[in-house]
Amino acid sequence: MKFTVDWLKNHLDTKFNNNQIIDKLTNIGLEVESFESSTSELDTFIVAKITNAKTHPNADRLKLCDVDIGGDKTIEVVCGAPNAKNGLLTVYAPPGSIIPKNQMKLSVSKIRGVTSYGMLCSESELQLSNESDGIMELKHNKYANKIGEKYFKNTSEKVIDLSITPNRPDCLGVRGIARDLSAAGAGKLKINKKSNLKYRGNQNINVTIKKEKAQGCTIFGSCLIKGVTNKESPKWLKDKIKSLGQKPISAIVDITNYVMFDLNRPLHAYDADKIDNEIIVRSSSKGESFEALDNKKYILENDMCVISDRSGVLGLGGIIGGTRSGTEYSTKNILLESAYFLPRSIRKTSKQLNIDTDAKFRFERGIDPLSIEEGLIKASELIKQICGGEISNLDVKKIENYKKTIINFDPFLFEKTTGFNIENKELIKILEKLGFNVSKNKKILKLVVPSWRPDITQSIDIVEEIVRIKGYEHINTSEPVKTRLKPTLNYYQKLFHFLQRSVASKGYLETVTWSFTDSKINQLFKENDQEIPIVNPISSDLNVLRNSIFPNLIFYLKKNLDRGFKDISLFEIGPAFKGKNPGDQLTVIGAVKAGKVSRLSWNDKERNVDTFDVKKDVIQSLCEAGIYKDDIVIDDKTPSYYHPGKSGGVYQNKNEKNALAYFGEIHPNIIKKLDIKTESLVIFEICLDYIKESKQKIKDLKSEYKFSDFQKSDRDFAFIINKNFKSQELVNIIKSVDNKLIKSVRVFDVFEGENIPEGKKSIAVNVTIQSEEKTLNENDLDNINKLIISSVESKSGAKIRS
Amino acid sequence: MSDIKKIKDDYIDKLNTENNIEKVNNIKSELFGKNGIISNEFKKLGSITVEERKKLASDLNNIKDELQNKISIKIQEIETKEINLKLEKEKIDVTLPERNIEIGKIHPVSQVIDEISSIFSEIGFSVEEGPDVENEYNNFTALNTPDNHPARDMHDTFYLDNNKELLLRTHTSPVQVRTMLKGKPPFKIIAPGRTYRSDSDQTHAPMFHQVEGLHIDKNINMGHLKGCLNYFIKEFFEVDKIKMRFRPSHFPFTEPSAEVDIGYEIKNGKIVIGEGNKWLEILGCGMVHPNVLKNVKVNPSKYQGYAFGIGIDRLGMLKYGINDLRAFFETDYRWLSHFGFDPLDVPSNYRGLSR
Repeated sequence: MKFTVDWLKNHLDTKFNNNQIIDKLTNIGLEVESFESSTSELDTFIVAKITNAKTHPNADRLKLCDVDIGGDKTIEVVCGAPNAKNGLLTVYAPPGSIIPKNQMKLSVSKIRGVTSYGMLCSESELQLSNESDGIMELKHNKYANKIGEKYFKNTSEKVIDLSITPNRPDCLGVRGIARDLSAAGAGKLKINKKSNLKYRGNQNINVTIKKEKAQGCTIFGSCLIKGVTNKESPKWLKDKIKSLGQKPISAIVDITNYVMFDLNRPLHAYDADKIDNEIIVRSSSKGESFEALDNKKYILENDMCVISDRSGVLGLGGIIGGTRSGTEYSTKNILLESAYFLPRSIRKTSKQLNIDTDAKFRFERGIDPLSIEEGLIKASELIKQICGGEISNLDVKKIENYKKTIINFDPFLFEKTTGFNIENKELIKILEKLGFNVSKNKKILKLVVPSWRPDITQSIDIVEEIVRIKGYEHINTSEPVKTRLKPTLNYYQKLFHFLQRSVASKGYLETVTWSFTDSKINQLFKENDQEIPIVNPISSDLNVLRNSIFPNLIFYLKKNLDRGFKDISLFEIGPAFKGKNPGDQLTVIGAVKAGKVSRLSWNDKERNVDTFDVKKDVIQSLCEAGIYKDDIVIDDKTPSYYHPGKSGGVYQNKNEKNALAYFGEIHPNIIKKLDIKTESLVIFEICLDYIKESKQKIKDLKSEYKFSDFQKSDRDFAFIINKNFKSQELVNIIKSVDNKLIKSVRVFDVFEGENIPEGKKSIAVNVTIQSEEKTLNENDLDNINKLIISSVESKSGAKIRS
Repeated sequence: MSDIKKIKDDYIDKLNTENNIEKVNNIKSELFGKNGIISNEFKKLGSITVEERKKLASDLNNIKDELQNKISIKIQEIETKEINLKLEKEKIDVTLPERNIEIGKIHPVSQVIDEISSIFSEIGFSVEEGPDVENEYNNFTALNTPDNHPARDMHDTFYLDNNKELLLRTHTSPVQVRTMLKGKPPFKIIAPGRTYRSDSDQTHAPMFHQVEGLHIDKNINMGHLKGCLNYFIKEFFEVDKIKMRFRPSHFPFTEPSAEVDIGYEIKNGKIVIGEGNKWLEILGCGMVHPNVLKNVKVNPSKYQGYAFGIGIDRLGMLKYGINDLRAFFETDYRWLSHFGFDPLDVPSNYRGLSR
């Protein structure tokens, strides 16, 4: 909502200066967005200096000028003026400027094969004189230090731009703003002068509001103004319209706009001679159409509120008028409309047709239904004053009467809500100034809500009115109470924070990427999940919710590789979506690792990152988060985006159905499809939701501390075994030989090829044996050794290597 | 006797010039071995008179001590020399680079969420969460924003179906609704998380982060709201004084509503929070609207309280001098390394919010 202070003072007697007014507006909830001169077409013309003028390569009479336009910027302009020379100060018009002389809009253009960014202007082009021989030459003493500044001073009055919240339609008019300011002590609201307008004759175009279920109009007021001379608006009115940031059109249109912004009372003027017999306010039928004042043709749906005559639709009530009945300079007789349209109907229609107008914006928020006559009178007065003519009696048709809102307000609610007390006298004064009718019934106040405040419906709204006008600075600051109702974080929230930092500590950079992604990349990772399209995506490559955490990670990994980074470790923790209903989401960590380990190291041999790098990271992170390493079981079944032979699933224990993590190399097809250029790419993911919460706290989980001081023995074994036999099973077989004596089993060598039969491999393990009761003698150890060998051979088909 | 003395002097001389450890050991056995010179002298003690023995034994012992002492000093001397020589040879260039350090980082958004949670934890708030996909009711209707409400226009909503029933939450406020529906008052929670609006330019991203706050009890008023936010802002920006302004505003789900500005100034091109004459809007808040309480089955005549919503990304930008919101979500390795935080730098009350 834009207006000038000058305009405000038409409604408010105030001694406040501009800054006080600005502060007051903000303090009562009418947020000031800006307070500056309205923009002018001349603002773009700036003082500039030619730093280098050389001859155009393809035209002897043209020059190619480097022009300093301030802010350390120099641009190139092609110029035909003979006086263009080095060091000349002149006026520069950038692309987009409108040249006053011919109203041409400049664009970047090629002149004889050289691109020119804007132009240097002559006095004639700026309509300063008829001097057109060459560009302007500005005096050095006056302009030398003004390079980059506007050449034309903007003399228009400063405009206040308010951001009005949707609950305050009344402040979409200057008078409403003045009323609020007066309630807050910033002056006195001027009383409207009584009109002494003389009416002649009746409004003889019949108006009918049809009684229909979907009727969006409840009141239609109008009057006829006959014998007008439409013309350009006088300067004062033009200035007002311009200060709103709008273009003056004609006196009639400007007046209706002026009244809308002045009183928040939208009006519409029809050329009465173009109306076919009568006005019918009704609901539209699907397929009806009309040409609107924005020069677009609209095809209507059922049940849109239209103003029509016998020939068809004239306009959409409260939204936009039509060209068929529009006023022109030649218009002689006007029908002026002042109506009430239901917010719900306006909103629905404008959404369906995608129209936004000042009138629509106001009716949608709720116009004062008791301002019908006031609007007609104010506009008629102005039209008569500027365009002449005779005004008919006002004709107001209604299908519904306005019902007052009455609130019984207990002043105690104010203190209960705000925490501070206000005298009843002051409270009543504020409400009365805001337009409430206040009467007292013991402790309760009976309040009649003003008709321009549709937002006020209950007691809490009254509290807001009073505290807003009184000032939020009166609210005390109570020290926060530190009592806690429950622990800050639950198990999964703790897990989230812990794993996040645990993975980061393994050298991964955390990133945050969109929850949506490109369906084409998502496709590669979604497995059996349903694709979840967004109906109105921000762009076609962010068109689905991500089914997996990897599409975006891989996408951005590629971007970083393309930037020239080679060794990259990235991870994200966030949602992966499994369905489109609330809650169909899992919290997942996804990590990617590309490139080499020990690249360009002077002492270590470099190698590609591999599956066992990420396996270590994932297992270590899980262990740090409290999962027992000994319980963990690894499987080789993984989602299809993993390399089928170089990836694994991690289970919290052997009975678990869902893998809580996967790790491994990414499938080579994906690398190829996405054209990822790296030596090696491995990934892992952890699904936090599948980690089982331990019922016990760590204080209960710590078992008794036991250790053995008896001598330990280490024995090495090498087995020849089927290539596909899993080392994890071999280890389990050995452990199960004697859980008490066998303390640990480590695989220290795996070997295929030379001396090993086809389809077999050699696995070497080191077994630590220790008793908690005695020192084992050679005999005991031999027995265990034999048992280990026989168990392994019988259970796995392996052969001990001799 | 003088024989022995002479032997002693000879050996002392020998030892003085000897530098080989083996030879020193040979001398040692020559003197003290089974048939060593000194050992033999001791054996002779048995065949002489008691008188003589006393004197000789004493002399012998003195000579023995002197020689042994000399030998052990010599051995130590030679060994030290050898070790020093060895160490000298083993010297390496320790300025050569260490093995690669892989430095991981925590994203600024995560760090700021942890900072926020730490601060609110201190004044008794617990953390709640809600899903990113919401239904229309929780996101709008329950929050007193019916379908025909113009406030809906301010939220450019992403929808998942044509009936506009399912959507990506436009704010964290639906967590209020979920929390109150599943529990009984009092409530004292914060809810950080991802939020979405179909808006994209330098200062808007289609996804961003908010933290919701809610405190409902029997007598919670606007003074408590002011106190809570005042405490939070001061702690978060780690300044002693903060200039803060509550200004009336409008949100359908709070009444009265406020927006909060903090004072700032630009010093040497950097934004300084807490001083200056400029105001920066950082959050919206208010007393939870009775209609919302009714919708979530809380009796508004018994319970009341406040709610607030803060833009997390924005707070992070202000605190850590980050200019471009879009960069938060573009995964530029350089940006993440530059603005990321060390994983061990966990914000907490006892060891400070940030280092």
